[in-house]
Amino acid sequence: MNRTFRPVKRLWEGKARVKVESRDKSDTTNEGLRLPDAGFRGGIHPPTSKDATRGVQIARAPVPETLVVPMSQHLGAPCAPVVERGDRVERGQVIGDVEAMVSAPVHSPVAGEVKAIVDQMTFSGQRTKAVQIAPDPEQDLDAFVPIPEADTLQDMVRAAGIVGLGGAAFPAHVKLRPPKDMPISTVILNGCECEPYLTCDHRQMLELPERVVAGARHIRGMVGADRVVIGVEDNKEDAISALRNVAGSDVEVMSLPTHYPQGAEKQLIWAVLGAEVPHGKLPAATGALVHNVGTAIAIADAVDRRRPLVERVVTVTGAVVRPGNFVTLLGTPAADLIDLVGGVLPEAGRVIAGGPMTGQGVADTTCPVVKGTSGLVALPQGVVAPAVVGDQPCIRCGRCSEACPMFLEPYAIGIYANRRDWDGTERFRALDCIECGCCSYVCPTRRPLVQLIRRAKGALMSRGAKL
Amino acid sequence: MTETVRALDRPALASSPHIAAKENVTHIMLWVVAALAPVTVWGIWNMGMVAVVLLATCIGSALATEAGWNLIARRPQTLWDGSALVTGLLLALSLPPRTPWWMAMIGAFVAIALAKMLFGGLGWNLFNPALVGRGIVVISWAGVLSEVKPFAGGWFSALDVPATAGYDAITGATRLALEAADRAAGGAYAYDLAAQYQPLLVRNLQGSLGEISAALLILGGAVLVVKGIIDWRIPVGYVGTVAVLSWAFGSDPIFHVLAGGVMLGAFFMATDYVTSPMSKNGRLVFACGCGLINVVGRFFGPLPEATTWAILFMNGLVPLIDRAFKPRTFGWEGRRG
Repeated sequence: MNRTFRPVKRLWEGKARVKVESRDKSDTTNEGLRLPDAGFRGGIHPPTSKDATRGVQIARAPVPETLVVPMSQHLGAPCAPVVERGDRVERGQVIGDVEAMVSAPVHSPVAGEVKAIVDQMTFSGQRTKAVQIAPDPEQDLDAFVPIPEADTLQDMVRAAGIVGLGGAAFPAHVKLRPPKDMPISTVILNGCECEPYLTCDHRQMLELPERVVAGARHIRGMVGADRVVIGVEDNKEDAISALRNVAGSDVEVMSLPTHYPQGAEKQLIWAVLGAEVPHGKLPAATGALVHNVGTAIAIADAVDRRRPLVERVVTVTGAVVRPGNFVTLLGTPAADLIDLVGGVLPEAGRVIAGGPMTGQGVADTTCPVVKGTSGLVALPQGVVAPAVVGDQPCIRCGRCSEACPMFLEPYAIGIYANRRDWDGTERFRALDCIECGCCSYVCPTRRPLVQLIRRAKGALMSRGAKL
Repeated sequence: MTETVRALDRPALASSPHIAAKENVTHIMLWVVAALAPVTVWGIWNMGMVAVVLLATCIGSALATEAGWNLIARRPQTLWDGSALVTGLLLALSLPPRTPWWMAMIGAFVAIALAKMLFGGLGWNLFNPALVGRGIVVISWAGVLSEVKPFAGGWFSALDVPATAGYDAITGATRLALEAADRAAGGAYAYDLAAQYQPLLVRNLQGSLGEISAALLILGGAVLVVKGIIDWRIPVGYVGTVAVLSWAFGSDPIFHVLAGGVMLGAFFMATDYVTSPMSKNGRLVFACGCGLINVVGRFFGPLPEATTWAILFMNGLVPLIDRAFKPRTFGWEGRRG
């Protein structure tokens, strides 16, 4: 038996922590605060599997023959194309936009010609309108159409089309306008990258630490916070020291234990501030605002250079010939990236968009890279979770409850969900599940626990429950 | 697009997480078997063929019952999860070595068929199957089993000893029974408890097969605790309660934790996942309850031993304990409704 499954011991068993004041700031120095134990309760230690790409410098992926740029690359209202077939587009030109508040415009990543407006499936399985662009043979990737000057920096962030680049793809400008009654005191940059295999955030922190810090300061200014903490898991020591070298005294770099899901928003706030996000409230209720480090770089680029978001760093790894980290134009087909790394090895079992804990299985490698695509992982066959056959019994070992960072009882929710007793799942607070997948990971009988909980959440929401 | 990429162009409708811990239920069960291996081997070494026959009968009958039930009920075959193997092994270790083979067979059948499969199979049973099997055997044939015969030595010695062979010179009673008799007589026999530590720890032929060596049981249990397979709260809470209470009742706490089924029960029976509470605090309460009933049974009950009944009784309370120790959900003030 390996030791990786072993849930972390519960440090804070018992008392409610909702009202806990943030941790004493005097003990957080730039020299590095290390928590006495795991930064949060629950969680797992899957093999990090990052060695193949953690040392590989970010390179630029070539311009593909054709780009397919989806109009829905974010959570919220999809954009409508504002270009037509045959139009010429420049790199950075807006090609899709929508009025809705929770949205972000889409820009052309290249100079070229719009070939068609097509129906395209994204990794998540959704079908969305997409603009198909044939790039010019000669591309100047240093040039771009700058985003317009705006009254507020938040408007510039929106104009740049920035969304959460950690994977959730929530429009960044919305989070930068917190409710008036919830002032933000601490900006937390998420550099945990707790998902196995992925190294895109790691490499960006290592190669562009000054951009991360610049973005952190911009975010702090936008929300009027007085403290910035960059949280990085301690398996990225080089990134921590790179950030500390450029951080100055106003930006704290905090080393956090390597522990999945350390990068989940609520768990990160808990680790950094010792504050629990109350049920049904925004994270801002704790005075914290969390952004991914990649998002911070994009925000810095938008504010300092008026640069729209037209590309992102994607880790291509796993059972591939030459794993690496690539600056990839949005709309590049996944297959192009896989070709770029020399193709998949024979032992590859399944290609994942994102990390193996929360990413999506890639059904179609013609799907394009979008703003939320942090990686393409060709999982080796031996690593892929075995398919669940039939209804496996729960042996009540309690591993799922111990691993659950939300302190739920996944085994019980799973049993109720199997019976379609949605009231039961609600009583066991299925709606609080963050879908990190720890329960399914540890289950010794391979019950599809998080999958059952997702089904329960879907059923509860379709009958009107709110998260 | 390369050929390799195209080969992967097939719907992969699997949802996250895409990876899983290596440990599965069979690994867990095999670790329990491994932890019981030293005491089992030591039992065979000392008791010879009689132990082999008991082990083979219990394990064979348990496996056959599970396989047969699945065949008749047309359920998927669950033999490979290893749980029937563990149940059969635990049943054998919990029975006196000279238990007639047909009794052991009935015990194994009851354990698997009535205590487990009838409830819905692994995970759904309320009571520990091995203990139900043992319980049925010992109450059905209490008279036969109370005449535990000692061993004259030799590999086949115990097999052919007639029940009336006249071993009266050597007492057949277990140490617990002797202690109880001494206690009832107000210490008239002057039974030296401290002198029993060493045989109880190392080589004890008076009692169940698994009671041969408390030291080897502790060793196996410690391996399971270190491996993270069982929660230390159950053995520690159980043994601790037995020690404290037997001391409080004026007896020797070390003797009482080493004698009888306490070690086997605390490390291997009460820790059964299915029939113990889910929460850590609940497990502690459960373990202390087992210890309490065990000691009360020993000191005030009609039988010298009460481990089986203590654990089975607390098994029945597990749903209530789970209700009493609901976890607090992250972000919520109180415990869930």
